[in-house]
Amino acid sequence: MSELMLTLFNGASLGSILLLIALGLAITFGLMNVINMAHGELIMIGAYVTYVMQNLFISYLPSQYFDFYFILAIPVALLVAAGFGMIMEFSLIRFLYKRPLDSLLATWGVGLMLQQLARSIFGAPNVGVKSPSFLNGGLEVGTLLLPYSRLFILGLSITCLIGIYYYFYRTASGRRVRAVMQNRQMAECLGVSTRKVDLLTFAIGSGFAGVAGCAITLLGAIGPALGTSYIIDAFMVVVVGGVGALFGAVAGAFGIGFFNTAFEYLTNASIGKVLIFLLIIAFLQWRPSGLVTSRSRSLD
Amino acid sequence: MQMLKLQGLEAGYDESMVIRNIELQVKDRQVVCIMGRNGVGKTTLLKTIMGIISPRKGKVLFMEEDITKKRPSQRAQQGIGYVPQGREIFPKLSVYENLLIGLEAGKEKKVKEEVYAYFPILKEFRKRNGGDLSGGQQQQLAIARALVSNPSFLLLDEPTEGIQPNIVEQIQEVIKDVKHTLHTSMILVEQDLEFVKSVADYVYVIDHGSIVYENSVDQINDDEVYHYLSV
Repeated sequence: MSELMLTLFNGASLGSILLLIALGLAITFGLMNVINMAHGELIMIGAYVTYVMQNLFISYLPSQYFDFYFILAIPVALLVAAGFGMIMEFSLIRFLYKRPLDSLLATWGVGLMLQQLARSIFGAPNVGVKSPSFLNGGLEVGTLLLPYSRLFILGLSITCLIGIYYYFYRTASGRRVRAVMQNRQMAECLGVSTRKVDLLTFAIGSGFAGVAGCAITLLGAIGPALGTSYIIDAFMVVVVGGVGALFGAVAGAFGIGFFNTAFEYLTNASIGKVLIFLLIIAFLQWRPSGLVTSRSRSLD
Repeated sequence: MQMLKLQGLEAGYDESMVIRNIELQVKDRQVVCIMGRNGVGKTTLLKTIMGIISPRKGKVLFMEEDITKKRPSQRAQQGIGYVPQGREIFPKLSVYENLLIGLEAGKEKKVKEEVYAYFPILKEFRKRNGGDLSGGQQQQLAIARALVSNPSFLLLDEPTEGIQPNIVEQIQEVIKDVKHTLHTSMILVEQDLEFVKSVADYVYVIDHGSIVYENSVDQINDDEVYHYLSV
């Protein structure tokens, strides 16, 4: 019984990490159809922002305030990653909206540049981020110990999801985004500046990659190539969930999370990974457009 | 005052030129109708005025200002409302949200009651998705969406095409009311000569991308217009 509970919790935990990684991509790739290969590097930027915040707190503030660095790092990571996203959109992506293959290559190049930038600033070796003390330990449920850091990531991904939902469905700016993604030309004819909407949407997607990076520092050391290990997972979640459907990403993330944990429990880590890939391949044969199908702006 | 003036306008898609040497003007408070068979360039002309297609040659002047290089959103902000052929409703936005997007072009913050008075069905269906409405209801929504921002100039591309007769009548009444009470100037693309005569001040007929006949509505020669409209 408790093993089943643990597997379920681990599945939910992995699902929430996948969701956090993929949320930003669900916006830039899912809604805007930009194949952003630098998404992983935006996650990496978020992680390094957390590292920098930690060091700033150690150097300039009394140690009793140390734990607050992490709380502050989340919005700062969002803003910094969104800023990088904005620069990318303005200088590169906007010329490539109608050319998906070119944008794939170009953003991959941007990713390599960002990796090198991190290497030049922070050095090639991995650096550690010390978790704030309130995330050490765990919650005891019966015989189980649920780590606070995992619970925190679960909470953070749900908070981000609610935030994104609120933005898209309850604000004027989110309404403009939805209008542009549904009918770009008509939105423009009604006075919506599609250029501004594109810039903002891409920045928001990038910002959530930064938040994911912040959360990932709780899971282990971080390095310049951190992003490359997450980019595949992120695309996998969005494709399984259904391109263009934000809430498909939720189903995709938790689906992959649960199956992955179950397979690993029943076999071992590497066979489990093989099985999950086989499952995804089989699933996409059956439903090529993913779990939740929704028409989005085609690659016009 | 001059509302809209087109000077030597030439536009088309890629290599093919669809409209040639168009000289046209709309005065303040005037309703101008454009007639012509299918495929002669009427929609292309309206898209060029709206800025969706950039002209190869010529100028678009709106309120005596050259707007040839401006983006469609800027033209909308300046007061041009557009009801396209095919309605172009945002399918996954509710009726009310569609109207709120229509407000983007103007200074208005709320959807005016007058608009609901024109099309009461839109108030009743305000929570439904735009894509779930029937063709006629979508056409009403498209017109309402253009009206909410109080445009000074309207472009209507065959607003009654392919719509059930009772709604056609309703839309025609609204267009007449917009002319007489709001005094909005318009370009109306329309095939029904009886309706044109009841609402227009001036008529242009297009054939093969050029203006082949023009006259004010009280001096119009029916036979000549029919000659260009018949297949």
